[in-house]
Amino acid sequence: MTSDATGTPARRPIRWHILVFLAPALLVYTAVMIIPLFGTLQLSLFNAEEHRRFFAGLDNFRTLFFDQRWSATFWNALWNNTWFFIIHMAVQNPIGIGLAALLSSPRLRFSAFYRTAIFIPTILSFVVVGFAWKLILSPLWGVAPNLLDLVGLKSLFTPWLGKEEYALTTLGLISVWQFVGIPMMLIYAALLSIPDEVIEAAECDGITGWSQFWKIKLPLILPSIGIISVLTFVGNFNAFDLIYSAQGALAGPNYSTDILGTFLYRTFFGFQLQTGDPYMGSTIASMMFLIILTGVCIFLFAIQTRLRRYQF
Amino acid sequence: MTRKMLTALLLGTSVLGAAGTAFAQDKTITIESWRNDDLPIWNEKLIPAFEKANPGIKVVFAPSAPTEYNAALNAKLDAGSAGDLITCRPFDASLELYNKGHLADLSSLAGMENFSDVAKSAWQTDDGKATFCVPMASVIHGFIYNKDAFDALGIAVPATEAEFFAALDKIKADGNYIPLAMGTKDLWEAATMGYQNIGPTYWKGEEGRLALIKGDQKLTDPDWVEPYATLAKWKDYLGDGFEAQSYPDSQNLFTLGRAAIYPAGSWEISGFNTQAQFKMGAFPPPVRNAGDTCYISDHNDIAIGLNPKSANADAAKTFLSWVASPEFAAIYANALPGFFSLSSTPVKMDDPLAQEFVSWREKCKPTIRSTYQILSRGTPNLENETWVESANVINGTDTPAIAAEKLQKGLDSWYKPAN
Repeated sequence: MTSDATGTPARRPIRWHILVFLAPALLVYTAVMIIPLFGTLQLSLFNAEEHRRFFAGLDNFRTLFFDQRWSATFWNALWNNTWFFIIHMAVQNPIGIGLAALLSSPRLRFSAFYRTAIFIPTILSFVVVGFAWKLILSPLWGVAPNLLDLVGLKSLFTPWLGKEEYALTTLGLISVWQFVGIPMMLIYAALLSIPDEVIEAAECDGITGWSQFWKIKLPLILPSIGIISVLTFVGNFNAFDLIYSAQGALAGPNYSTDILGTFLYRTFFGFQLQTGDPYMGSTIASMMFLIILTGVCIFLFAIQTRLRRYQF
Repeated sequence: MTRKMLTALLLGTSVLGAAGTAFAQDKTITIESWRNDDLPIWNEKLIPAFEKANPGIKVVFAPSAPTEYNAALNAKLDAGSAGDLITCRPFDASLELYNKGHLADLSSLAGMENFSDVAKSAWQTDDGKATFCVPMASVIHGFIYNKDAFDALGIAVPATEAEFFAALDKIKADGNYIPLAMGTKDLWEAATMGYQNIGPTYWKGEEGRLALIKGDQKLTDPDWVEPYATLAKWKDYLGDGFEAQSYPDSQNLFTLGRAAIYPAGSWEISGFNTQAQFKMGAFPPPVRNAGDTCYISDHNDIAIGLNPKSANADAAKTFLSWVASPEFAAIYANALPGFFSLSSTPVKMDDPLAQEFVSWREKCKPTIRSTYQILSRGTPNLENETWVESANVINGTDTPAIAAEKLQKGLDSWYKPAN
């Protein structure tokens, strides 16, 4: 309307600079992410015999799901992965939120120190974390048995990383220890962005302390919690490094810590005398991709769209 | 035109001629290897000894990192830039190279007669007709013990299984030492130092191993299940928290003098010699009844083969024949105590512990690890499954019978014996 009124033509020049600025990122992303992704999906439809590659259709997926051994390993890995995710959702994220709430309290002293200290493990390498915790929990030289002994609870100590029933949970908690800084930081930022007027209005209405957190702050940070859940989900179902560095590629004892990442690694690259099978490996990788895609879609369409957003 | 050609030719010959004068006397052969730890031994001992005996041939030892070796070698072979001599991994990795034409057939090489069939088995085609690498060294399994601890407790070196467990009981009752330094965390300790160490005594070495490959025996047969039953008994003699004890933990437990017996592979010898402050001895896997034949795992580990595309094949073959000679065996085995020459001529070792290990070859029958040849080609992989199940048996997760059944079922799912 306005353009008509001023008499200038409605046609705008093509804004080439947008394309130019997008191009490097797009090209790099395509080359290192999109093409390999489709390459993997394609490879999962092939198989080889006597060094000759042939199209196998969905045969690899049939093997993965209906061959007794493959499917047992796959479901075991998927369940372990789910349990790994449950630990993070049930422990890491609530603790992260709690720490953020404490840190954002104006009366807390040294909050910058705590913030940094809690965030530091996140920037450590998996290998360092895996090795350090292996040493801490070592029944021979570890400090864990001695510390428990000091408080008279030595009887509670068991070689956690070596017991089938505890190993995965222990590794989950180690991972929580390492990454609790991330939800803490994100929630902390979200809490800081809540305008003071809202808090003051709440206080005028007599809502303070815990009920203020539950009724005012928590609803306002729900979108951030949603994002954290997605990040946790994607991170956990892609996890590999910690298990590999602490338990090795066979994810012992008795495959009790085997997750999709280690299963994929063993299959794709092989291990010890086992030679790698890129075709079955790609099949597992494709399944991981589909699982993560489904999870993220469910989240985006079923949950994120229903969250109420508040604009200030 | 012709003149130009002629000039080019002349120029070419003059350049080549100049290069020729520099290299005419010396042929240089290059060795590809993953043993970068051995670089000083090759450069200071082996290569000078060879070059002295064979003037005109220069040898260059060019190792790469162990974890990168297979991939780097394959790439070089495909590109045609690999060295003249190729250090061979045992079994399928080298067999695949041979099948692809990257290793020459050396069956008729002078010096090959110095090796037994077991020694050559790791570098032969399945039918045993072609041998494509010259065996260099093997590792032997057994038990290394703390001599000071044995003397203090008045324990004699056990020869039978009953004596072995009596010794363990005595050490346990005394309480100063952990009887056995082994953990199940890394899985392979249980399989390699446990099952493959004591197993040959039960399945009668080569006899059982070959019968398993032929399909005449099953992993569920008593000969293959009983070693698991014995292994399960070890549980009571391992240290506290052995489930989370890793391989370096076990080594440290023993070298720090906190454990009395270490189920070992001979590759530990040089490390233990530098670390342990006490006297050590070794004994072979105990036999079941006094007077039984003893069997040891004398596992082929390293060999050397010829790149068929080598430009100096004759010089390379001269070198290979030298590798097959007793002279090489003596230098190599003494420079690397614990890696024993596979040559049929016995080698005198200076290291007493290494000498003890190698002396078993004279009284015991050697075999190689049961899972390595042919049986670990498919999925599930028998060697890897054996790691998991051996640890399960010691942890008490699976009974010996169930473990054996799982292994046999996995093997049956892809392996069809020839007959």
